[in-house]
Amino acid sequence: MTGAVLQIEDLRVRIPVPGGRWVGAVDGVTLAVGSGEIVGLVGESGCGKSTLGGAVMGLLPGGSEVSGRVLLDEEDLRGLTDEQYRRIRGDDIALVSQDPASSLDPTFSVGAQVAEAIRNHRDVSRRAARERAVELLGIVGIPDPRARYADPPHRFSGGMKQRVVIAAALANDPAVLIADEPTTALDVTIQAQILHLLRDLTVRSGTGVLLITHDLGVVAQVCDRVAVMYAGQVVEQGTVRDLFARPLHPYTRALLDSQPAAHHRSGDLPVIPGRVPDLTEPPAGCRFASRCAHVHDRCATAPPVIGMPNGGQVACWLHQAVTEEVR
Amino acid sequence: MSPRLRFVLRRLALTIPVLFVMSVFIFLIIRLVPGDPVRTMLGFRATPANVAQVRAQLHLDDPLWTQYRDWITGVLHGQFGQDFISKAPLGELLAQRIPVTLELTLLSMLLAVAVGVPLGVRAAVGGRWARRLTEGFVVFGISVPDFWLGIMLVLFFSGTMMWLPPSGFISFAEDPGGNLHYMILPVLTLAVAEAAYIVRTTRGSMLGVMGRPFIVYLRAKGTRERSIVYRHALRNAAAPIATVIGIQFGVLLGGAIVVETLFALPGVGRLIVTGINQRNYPVVQAGLLVVATFFILISLITDVVVGFIDPRVSDRGQS
Amino acid sequence: MTMTMASGARRSRSAVAALPRSARIGALILVVLVVVAVLAPLLAPHDPNAIDSSRVLGAPDLGHPFGSDALGRDVLSRTIYAFRTSLAIVFGAVAVASLIALPLGTLAGYFGGWVDQVISRPLDMLLVLPALLLAISLIAIVGPGSLVAALAIALIYLPILARVQRASSLVVSQSGFVEGGRARGWSSAAVLRRHVIPNALGPLLVQAAILAGFAVQIEAALSFLGLGTQPPTASLGLMLSEGRDVLTQAPWVEIFPGLAIAVIVLAFNLLGDGLRRHLDPQGVVS
Repeated sequence: MTGAVLQIEDLRVRIPVPGGRWVGAVDGVTLAVGSGEIVGLVGESGCGKSTLGGAVMGLLPGGSEVSGRVLLDEEDLRGLTDEQYRRIRGDDIALVSQDPASSLDPTFSVGAQVAEAIRNHRDVSRRAARERAVELLGIVGIPDPRARYADPPHRFSGGMKQRVVIAAALANDPAVLIADEPTTALDVTIQAQILHLLRDLTVRSGTGVLLITHDLGVVAQVCDRVAVMYAGQVVEQGTVRDLFARPLHPYTRALLDSQPAAHHRSGDLPVIPGRVPDLTEPPAGCRFASRCAHVHDRCATAPPVIGMPNGGQVACWLHQAVTEEVR
Repeated sequence: MSPRLRFVLRRLALTIPVLFVMSVFIFLIIRLVPGDPVRTMLGFRATPANVAQVRAQLHLDDPLWTQYRDWITGVLHGQFGQDFISKAPLGELLAQRIPVTLELTLLSMLLAVAVGVPLGVRAAVGGRWARRLTEGFVVFGISVPDFWLGIMLVLFFSGTMMWLPPSGFISFAEDPGGNLHYMILPVLTLAVAEAAYIVRTTRGSMLGVMGRPFIVYLRAKGTRERSIVYRHALRNAAAPIATVIGIQFGVLLGGAIVVETLFALPGVGRLIVTGINQRNYPVVQAGLLVVATFFILISLITDVVVGFIDPRVSDRGQS
Repeated sequence: MTMTMASGARRSRSAVAALPRSARIGALILVVLVVVAVLAPLLAPHDPNAIDSSRVLGAPDLGHPFGSDALGRDVLSRTIYAFRTSLAIVFGAVAVASLIALPLGTLAGYFGGWVDQVISRPLDMLLVLPALLLAISLIAIVGPGSLVAALAIALIYLPILARVQRASSLVVSQSGFVEGGRARGWSSAAVLRRHVIPNALGPLLVQAAILAGFAVQIEAALSFLGLGTQPPTASLGLMLSEGRDVLTQAPWVEIFPGLAIAVIVLAFNLLGDGLRRHLDPQGVVS
């Protein structure tokens, strides 16, 4: 996709684990986020989606090895010095993370933490940063922002804290926002409010959002496009409408079937049988093969990524047959 | 009333019963001496007439409650009674001795904090060498007894190098330079062990804080690493450090007794030790009272400081 | 029979091997020190109190590796005997404090409520004074001496140890298997004996080991001030006090007893810190 604000190409991340072994947490992911677009990245916990977010932010655990390209406005972030990366973080790329209760420093006032995000990147006076922070707190919906500026985080509810985090993240009009499970720790009613706030603010400013989540419900509410990740690889991506209406990859289908909403309160949720492969020694072929209902001899070889006529992509042998037949 | 003011007042109110218990305890010391304390004090001079006179002078024949009331009323008015041997009023004696002990302990703690906190931070965020060196320093500081360290310092700085006086004292008012000259070795002696504890606590507390999620989020905001470590992490790590500093002040006050004796500093600690050896109970009592009060006030100050560093502490219990 | 014995021995050996290396070094030093203390009469090359006017402030040599003091007494022999005094006082003090703290802390932690209040409040009052000051207060009352020094150390440690024991028996009391014992209709005494005490003992041992190291320092400080062990008995603190006047002429009189104290404290600390990881998973020990 051209004009993407964030373009990830063939990204691979290896993380050292005790015993001198490596986990290939992200393995050849290619993904793009356009200006003002919200792209969902879905998968079970441990599939590498948060590691991918960390790789984009340049905040991986020490000793991790990264290869591939991460382009921000067509500039490669890989190979930046620590200081160059620091200047970009919080300015061009921002992060909203999972648990607002633990993302704020408990000993600083919420206002100071928003103002800090500004002063990290803009050479403005304390007073100007403070005024801007009050304004931002108002924009994200903190009632009486001037009075609450000096309050420490523990005097706010979880939803209000997440609003503060969003205010700090959007303080410098970032080109890209990584939102890593931004509503997982919140009540369901608050979740929707926060998601819509995120959507409104980013669409207005043209910020591209990579929304990392395990919850397809969240994706359905706010995303434009979605990528499904399994064992370090993207197995399918497409528009939200197409993917929900016609999931192509067996894993996507299984994931959709296991969403609570799909089954109301009737019976047990279907659980995907089997286990995620050990990523210190990943299988040679399709990584989902051991759990797949449609497994076939071909699956011992890694499947090709197949472009679908509607612009979606899927990595599964099943659809090679389909497209060949189509042709 | 702001939560912070309320927190301070509540903590102040908690201090009063502690002071009361402590004063009763120290008041009772002379009354708990087995046999007749007056006979013990007088030793071979204990004729029945002398004993009766001293008993009357110390009001030992009054009911306990009256004795305590009179004693504590006097203390609150700065009258601590009389030195049993020199007959000097203890209030004046203490007025000379207290500044020496205060100077010794406060300077030691200042030095220990000034050295210990930065070292502890480096040990937590620095490389392998910073960690090893500080670990070595901690083991050394904790294992070596302070008075022996003091003797070794004297051996080196006074004996071999002849740089510093081995013992003695000049008051600050008389000669500030000379005063500091005499204070260097005693302060160093007391500060090493304190610094070791502060390094250990700072390191542990900082390691805990640097692993918390908000540190990652601060990096994500593009905060400079210096600011993350010294502004944010250190402030979060400060409450346990301040608590340990407060607790260590008690150890420091105990150490001061030894160090004052070692370096012949005319402080309250030395006063207590000589008092015990001479069975001079009024002096012992007054000295213990002063040091214990100082200790309790330091704990109070520590708790208030912790409450101001961490707003969660001062907010607790309100609503 | 032989097999169970062999496997028992193997288990205890592997338990020792599982300790961190620092703890094993600490334990080894302590074993050596205890052996030295017990066998002092056999190991000391000279009579510790034998005055030899020909060897006043004699420098270290082959016959007297640590030199001799102002009265010509052999410093090595005195150090060995002083070990004996110090370790006896310290072990005695810590043992007495632990044996009192064990029932008090267990009852306070297990029953809670008013039992806890009645036990814990008076003990807390002992913490109103700094440790060394509390010891000195007791000595001010009773008068100086080894036994008083030991009692003073025990008095300082009693509230600390009782607090640790209270905390760990509270943790154990809230665990499932104590509830199980109660459900089976066991008496409180049986639950305490079979479950609470055996499972809550670890942190007390760790705390006792750490405190024992500092007890050596406190005992030495008291003796140094003339408030502990009295001459002519050899004690590490007393030796340091006696050697001060001759420091520049005969530094060996000061150096070796001080090093001895440092080694004991270090050994107890290494052992205590190592045991902590195994015996105090909840972090009850301060």
